[in-house]
Amino acid sequence: MLNEAKGTARPRPFPDLLRRMLYFMSLQREVEDRIVSLYRQGKIVGGVYTGRGQEAIGVGYALPLVEHDVVFPCHRDLGAFLIKGMTVERIFAQYLGRVGGPTRGRDANLHMGDLDIGIGSFISHMADTVPVAAGVALSFQLRNQPNVAVCATGDGATSRGDWHEGLNLAAVLSLPVVYVCVNNLYAYSTPIERQMAVSTVAERASGYGMPVVRVDGNDVEAVHEAASQAIERARAGDGPSFIEGFTYRMTGHSAADDTSYVPPEMLEEGKARDPLDAFVRRLQERGMLDGNELVQLQESVKDAVETGLKRALESPYPESADAAGGVYAD
Amino acid sequence: MPTEAERLATEPGPETAKPTTYLEAIRDAMSEEMRRDPSVFLIGEDIGVYGGAFKVTKGMIDEFGPRRVIDTPLAEAGFTGAAIGAAMMGMRPVVEYQFSDFISCAFDQITNFAAKTHYRLGTAVPIVFRAPAGGGIHGGPFHSQNPECYFIPTAGLKIVAPATAHDAKGLLKAAIRDNNPVLYLEHKYLYRRVKEVLSTDDYIVPIGLAVLRTTGSRLTVLTYGAMVHTCLEALEHVPDAEDVEVIDLRTLVPLDRNTICDSVRKTGKVLIVHEASRTGGFSGELTAVINEEVFEYLDGPVRRVTAPDIPVPYSPPLEEYYKVDSGRVATAMNELLAY
Repeated sequence: MLNEAKGTARPRPFPDLLRRMLYFMSLQREVEDRIVSLYRQGKIVGGVYTGRGQEAIGVGYALPLVEHDVVFPCHRDLGAFLIKGMTVERIFAQYLGRVGGPTRGRDANLHMGDLDIGIGSFISHMADTVPVAAGVALSFQLRNQPNVAVCATGDGATSRGDWHEGLNLAAVLSLPVVYVCVNNLYAYSTPIERQMAVSTVAERASGYGMPVVRVDGNDVEAVHEAASQAIERARAGDGPSFIEGFTYRMTGHSAADDTSYVPPEMLEEGKARDPLDAFVRRLQERGMLDGNELVQLQESVKDAVETGLKRALESPYPESADAAGGVYAD
Repeated sequence: MPTEAERLATEPGPETAKPTTYLEAIRDAMSEEMRRDPSVFLIGEDIGVYGGAFKVTKGMIDEFGPRRVIDTPLAEAGFTGAAIGAAMMGMRPVVEYQFSDFISCAFDQITNFAAKTHYRLGTAVPIVFRAPAGGGIHGGPFHSQNPECYFIPTAGLKIVAPATAHDAKGLLKAAIRDNNPVLYLEHKYLYRRVKEVLSTDDYIVPIGLAVLRTTGSRLTVLTYGAMVHTCLEALEHVPDAEDVEVIDLRTLVPLDRNTICDSVRKTGKVLIVHEASRTGGFSGELTAVINEEVFEYLDGPVRRVTAPDIPVPYSPPLEEYYKVDSGRVATAMNELLAY
């Protein structure tokens, strides 16, 4: 069941979809660039993990989702958060530890979610979300609800037992869930060849009895196409699928990581294959995007970031005593 | 507060004629809640067709079908995580571990995902983790453990440990209706050994309330689970048994401090008895609570009878060494009464 995805075999998506792809990839890039600046200025006190260079994956798998579908993005998939409706303001407030963030200052960075808008939360324990997303899909199945869960992790998470247990359970129970691996070749400083003795994550996933596909994770249209097929399949009641998007991590594991362990040529290669640049070039080559449109889009992205950050900074810090609240539900 | 026997004798309402075992009480609680609420479902290993390792869920798949009594692969982290995901969506899963020993495989999902989700996101996780705990059945190191102290420090979890069929049913129904993750420690030694005629009313036992099994004015005994019965047996070897107040904690988290402290103010002496091992056991926390809140009422040292700090051994003479028996408890009671 291991197939290479054929991103060009189907009719081209509508231009509006392409605009949305470009907008959300650009917005992720701009928000994260600003987050890194705030971190360097000491205004963000906790960890910062960006998805620079791998925006195409989160954007590609989140765009086919509909209302009431639930996504568990991995900790670098800011674009998926934005697409499901997490505002720029709430994202900045989260990083800044303000009340306006979805965790009200109780957790940091992309450890956030809001099930009211269909976003489940990643936690630091990589792959915990894999069985949890299966459970969200189980709730859809038990309620005969035509929705789908999507769950993304990095390549490192695929070494954990929860990943294997979750994929297996989802397949055995034929749950409406799509698993995505953002394979950026490094888990913190551990290269993929120290992570697994097989050469692809797809080979790991192939043992569980679900369709498995590898796509160029720097090609947003290819990811979107693979995700659309998998999501349709899940929605039709035909069970889970697995997508491996191979990509590069253009930064360190966190903003505090200098990437000294990554061969310089690999960093160069990643940079040369920047998915955002590549997508802009492709749209221009197709005559779908002229210079004016690009400038307009970039300005709207900058506006969204400025406005969102301003509002987030107006959000207060939580009261210290709020630390003791909310441990239990009423 | 009336004793359990008094409560049962005076409680109004129709009663079934036949006594219900602790095990049947657990099954009845789940069945009644599943009939009442379509969001309740069961998930675990061998619980459907086979009816569970201890047959707690026997016959339930016939009434509720395989969609609500879900047999899973052998993967505690996997099915626990799946139950958590379903609970976050408003379902009310009841997770069965074959033995509480295997809950360690799901430790991360329970302590990091289930317990912290409401604090972080405001999303309730209404879920029950049913863990058959305890020894005394020659189960050896991996089928006899009492895992409560792995979980007690985890904020966001509630923990209950019923000792009677009445409480087994009422606490499980309360746990299923609770909007938080609840670790339900059912003692496997009690499954078929304790039974009583239960009210047919739709009652619950509120989480967070201890109960006095006996009343007395000179010694407080704090215990829970199967050790409640061990302590009551021990009273037969205590000449001043009428002076001993045995408190069945029933809920470990949140702890009923009021009942404990009220009793200690009256008696001035405390014995803590638990089946789990000693170091880092719940007796340490209970002792600290007593020191913090009612130290000036104490007329003697807080003492404890617990298992030793060893794994639970298999061979009967070795298991005897491990087990807290009524003789050791009676000795401690008599010594404290004479102190």
